[in-house]
Amino acid sequence: MKFGILILEGPYQHEASDSAYNFAKAAVEKGHEISRVFFYQDGVLNATKLMDVQRDDRHIQERWTDLSKEHGIEYIVCVAAAKRRGIVDEVVAENFKIGGLGMLTDLAIEADRLVTFRA
Amino acid sequence: MLHMINKSPFESNSLEDCLRYASDGSPILLYEDGIYGALAGSALEARMKEIMAKHDVYVLKEDVALRGIEKLIDGVKEVDYSGFVGLVEENKAASW
Amino acid sequence: MVVFRTAPYGSIYSFEGLENVVMMAAYEQDLTVLFIDDGVLALKKGMDNAATGIKDFSPTFKALEPVYDVEKLYIDGDSLKARGLTLDDLIIQPEVIAADQVDKMMEDQRNTMIF
Repeated sequence: MKFGILILEGPYQHEASDSAYNFAKAAVEKGHEISRVFFYQDGVLNATKLMDVQRDDRHIQERWTDLSKEHGIEYIVCVAAAKRRGIVDEVVAENFKIGGLGMLTDLAIEADRLVTFRA
Repeated sequence: MLHMINKSPFESNSLEDCLRYASDGSPILLYEDGIYGALAGSALEARMKEIMAKHDVYVLKEDVALRGIEKLIDGVKEVDYSGFVGLVEENKAASW
Repeated sequence: MVVFRTAPYGSIYSFEGLENVVMMAAYEQDLTVLFIDDGVLALKKGMDNAATGIKDFSPTFKALEPVYDVEKLYIDGDSLKARGLTLDDLIIQPEVIAADQVDKMMEDQRNTMIF
């Protein structure tokens, strides 16, 4: 099945990013294709490479980047939501791309299942 | 539809709101703070049992373990992330 | 399908959900938009943002049908009633539906996003 994932919440403040990551990982491990992960609203904050995390906690951005490298998953960060929150090309981590909201529409049409993670 | 609830029912109305719309027989997944709805011996246990007469109620194991919860209401089904993916294979999903 | 279930201003769900609807409307002929729970409050008449400076996005809700051709607009009647409101209090008049129709509406759509 083709899965789409929509993330509406920032990292650390809420468990949503963790749930989305664990769901995405379990889905690819079961042999599903993840068409795209779309980061919207405060979800765009998952993409910043400026995160500096204590060593005994998970590094949410690096974890996303590693998952994408391993499984070739596309991450799109909504440009309108990102601009509002100071997330611009210079701070976006490896394997994340800034893109238009139309890519969420495409995902909603294309994916067999769209799963939203939110606060 | 799979109805996904991630808020504690002691703090938020999202479970009860969702139930106004959910068809009988549609499964409900409690995850993140939503799992507190499945606490055995809580003030909401009787209400949860009513809900379980109409819906299969699942809890996400990893979130239960994370929170140190040992006793769940009888009849609540535990799934891990792989089982969560399985529920989404079988149902379209709505996140409340 | 896009569902609004959060009040405006207190959080950004409603506003950014609306931006998403405007984008989807450009692509998709058959877009369904539903207002339930606190989501109905985004349609209240008489919003005045002069003192706070938070963007009043209700004109865009008003434009959904005439400008963006979103014709399938629905609202849960019980959610309105529970908040002491009627359609007359709103800037647009979506078709009133009952709560027990919602699950089937979602099921009939390819995917549902709730804001």
